[in-house]
Amino acid sequence: MIWQLDILILILVVICAIASITVKDLLSSALLLGAYSFLMCLLWTEMGAVDVAFTEAAVGAGISTAFFIGAIYYTTRRTKD
Amino acid sequence: MVNRYENVLIETVTRLLIPAMQLFGLYVIAHGHGSPGGGFQGGCILAASFILMVISYDIKELKSRMSENLNTILCAIGVFIYGGTGLLCVILGGNFLDYSVLHKILPVDPIKARYMGMLMVEIGVGIAVMSVMISIFLNIASRGEHEGALN
Amino acid sequence: MRIIAIFAVVITGFLLIYATLDMPNWGDPNSPASRHVSPRYIEGTMPETATPNMVTSVLADYRGYDTLGETTVIFTAGIVCLMLLRRVTNGQ
Repeated sequence: MIWQLDILILILVVICAIASITVKDLLSSALLLGAYSFLMCLLWTEMGAVDVAFTEAAVGAGISTAFFIGAIYYTTRRTKD
Repeated sequence: MVNRYENVLIETVTRLLIPAMQLFGLYVIAHGHGSPGGGFQGGCILAASFILMVISYDIKELKSRMSENLNTILCAIGVFIYGGTGLLCVILGGNFLDYSVLHKILPVDPIKARYMGMLMVEIGVGIAVMSVMISIFLNIASRGEHEGALN
Repeated sequence: MRIIAIFAVVITGFLLIYATLDMPNWGDPNSPASRHVSPRYIEGTMPETATPNMVTSVLADYRGYDTLGETTVIFTAGIVCLMLLRRVTNGQ
């Protein structure tokens, strides 16, 4: 466990989380949520929980991003608020 | 797969990538005992390969390889394999999901029979997760109509 | 309204951070989670199930009921999604 890497990943996680709820474009928001999931996957790997990291990478960063993009295709791309 | 698709780059990369992804998904399911992985992750990777096929070609391309009836039946077969393994243990004289009694029908000792029981269960989970993820994606991304090109 | 929402979020975040101070350290061998059933699984996995990956043996063998429930949840989600969203047109 390298604490410099830990701090870097945690800062990036917070940046991705805040950006994904403030950005106006829904497609960018879905992709930022995928980036958030992938950074969480890196964090799990770095803490030694490799199975959890694998699940996070497969489900959070892969499948759920595809679901979001499939749903955004049938709605408006820009949010109102 | 004739010249209906204009983007050569996406078509070629997808055609090269899908077999590798499916092979890796099968490896993750089968090798979940010795390395990170298992039925859930492998099923998700297999589903991601089919979703990539839908996104880069169209739904008709997926339906020519896996029809909707087959997909829905596979959903149920995955859960059936899991429950059936547990019920097989009961029939052979053990508790529910106690895989060590499987050594009566498999040519292994009781300790290795638990390994084999886990492998059967993981295969069931993988099949169920794969077909459920494909089904949910098709229903969300095509408004339940299962046609169109999604691009 | 926005001010109240930000205030509530900050208070909740502060309470969560305050609660993490009581948690055991990362990888502490004397924490309650590491003393109760974990040693039993760590010692018993190889001789009892011949599986090198401990997570798989706990997930599929020792806690098989949980994984059965999880698979049933996923199956139910897929079937409900099919029932709610699928529209069969007249041509089919």
